Amino acid sequence: MSAPSTAITLANLATHYPALQIVLPLVTAPLVVLLRGTRLVWLIAFAVTLACLGIAVDLYAQVLQQGEISYAMGGWAPPVGIEYRVDRFNGLMLILICAIAAVVLPFARTSVEKEVADNRLSLFWAAWLLCFTGLLGIVITGDAFNVFVFLEVSSLSTYALIACARDRRALTSAFQYLIMGTIGATFILIGIGLLYMLTGTLNMADLAERLPAVTQARTLNAAFGFIVVGCSLKLALFPLHLWMPNAYAFAPSAVTAFIAATATKVSIYVMLRFFYTVFGAEFSFGSMPLGEVLMTLSIIAMFSGSLVAIYERNVKRMLAYSSVAQIGYITLGISLATTSGLAAGMLHLINHAMIKAGLFMAMGAVVYRLGSCRLDQLSGLGKQMPWTMAAFVAGGLSLIGVPLTTGFVSKWHLASAGFGAGLPLVPVAILASSLLAVIYVWKVIETAYLRAPLENATPVKEAPISLLIPMWIMVAANFGFGIQGTVIWQAVQQAAVQLTGGV
Amino acid sequence: MNWIEHYNYWMVILLMMLGFYTIIARGNLVKKIIGLNIFQTSVFILFISMGKIPGGVAPILRDDPTTVYSNPLPHVLILTAIVVGVATTALALALVVRINEAYGTIEEDDIHDLDTGSL
Repeated sequence: MSAPSTAITLANLATHYPALQIVLPLVTAPLVVLLRGTRLVWLIAFAVTLACLGIAVDLYAQVLQQGEISYAMGGWAPPVGIEYRVDRFNGLMLILICAIAAVVLPFARTSVEKEVADNRLSLFWAAWLLCFTGLLGIVITGDAFNVFVFLEVSSLSTYALIACARDRRALTSAFQYLIMGTIGATFILIGIGLLYMLTGTLNMADLAERLPAVTQARTLNAAFGFIVVGCSLKLALFPLHLWMPNAYAFAPSAVTAFIAATATKVSIYVMLRFFYTVFGAEFSFGSMPLGEVLMTLSIIAMFSGSLVAIYERNVKRMLAYSSVAQIGYITLGISLATTSGLAAGMLHLINHAMIKAGLFMAMGAVVYRLGSCRLDQLSGLGKQMPWTMAAFVAGGLSLIGVPLTTGFVSKWHLASAGFGAGLPLVPVAILASSLLAVIYVWKVIETAYLRAPLENATPVKEAPISLLIPMWIMVAANFGFGIQGTVIWQAVQQAAVQLTGGV
Repeated sequence: MNWIEHYNYWMVILLMMLGFYTIIARGNLVKKIIGLNIFQTSVFILFISMGKIPGGVAPILRDDPTTVYSNPLPHVLILTAIVVGVATTALALALVVRINEAYGTIEEDDIHDLDTGSL
């Protein structure tokens, strides 16, 4: 058996886009280490990210025109070879990751100069690109074991990125995240191993075909349990979220903005992929009590995350706890086990990525000027850094879910999906948890706008324009997609229909 | 009960629990890493066990068509997982070295005390 010819020419370049999506950033990462000049390094990283964004958009356009894309890696046909598969759901995810990376990178360039030691900068960008590669790889691959490999590529580089910060607590948070993350990934590995034991295949589409024959096997239940717990650790579902607040709080601000918007979302993607494509909705929600468990945990997450956020004195940690709550919203949508619930969950997944990227960038700008983001030090900052704080307010409004913002659109759809599933308590829980969000966002606004600056504080200037532009692009996206709420909604609805098999 | 036949699986579970317990119960960061390694090793054995076929020989192609081979795929997967495990251990140890430089200790409780003192 030999691999068929896979010569890449300029003419058939577009057919190799699924591979290039991963290979480009992967190859650039070691290149970046060899090139020591920081300016050039950043330019290359940015160029690669833009190229990846272009590829992702083109792939999605191809999917819309011709349906799913299946790409045989190295010319080895699936299920023996590794398959890369793009459909309406992961096509959207690819665009999301690339777009967030493309917006955060210019921000990161200025921001990390202050937060990361100079001699580590090229290594920092290499780790960044590897993280980016891993995230894209998890999303695009159609092979269960490949998911594990890319998961570790992205996780290991994330631990390194977090440890790049100057604060020594970043080291302990990175270590804690490493332990928890590795346990999570190993759980997923055990699950995949058990699936392989049952079926003798690792290709997701192939698994989906063979699993219905063995639904009675206890091994399958064990595999399902391991994968659910592993993914829950990675996506920081309550009560497995303990690694997240410190990791987000002490990582360099740009890293926080990037991973908060992408890493947990990609883990949710992995979970959905296993629920729907591999195990099938009937097994996941029918044979297993997944819906009930997930819904309970989601609702606890929505309230506990928000409540802790209210009492948090460090704004980055506050936003991290708010992420715990917001992830609860996403999994709540998923736990409804209806197509509209799934679509609403996906919508909030995308919208929350935009919201948190914007908010963490605003806090990154504050850290850039103040060197800290403790709540009491924000006093009077509304006058000193008007654009930054205005961006925070705008992002905060979207987080709460005020009309005309993306946050409103996704919460609206979540609530109506709850009604649709005959669970009127769901909208009530969403509303109540949003009110808690009002409290913690208001605390920041009150400190920044209504309190006088601290007496011993040195006055600060507005953040540099290179930080403001990416931040405001995110804010604009929040309002743009909030007003044009149907654009993403239609896309995720189609994705949800495709994922559930048109039910 | 043919539990002796499943000897390797019992060992997997034992090692897994040992590793897991060490990660949770030990405060020393290096011991946590050792626990993590034992935990991962148990998964390696799980994968290797499933590749074994009774009477199977090493999967190197022979002329004799009646030869039974062990399944090489789990071996390959675990080779990858071992590499990942080595990378994780290396990164974890590097972090511990830097934690030791920054805090002067690698005991979790002491680090916690130092951090809450500095807040």
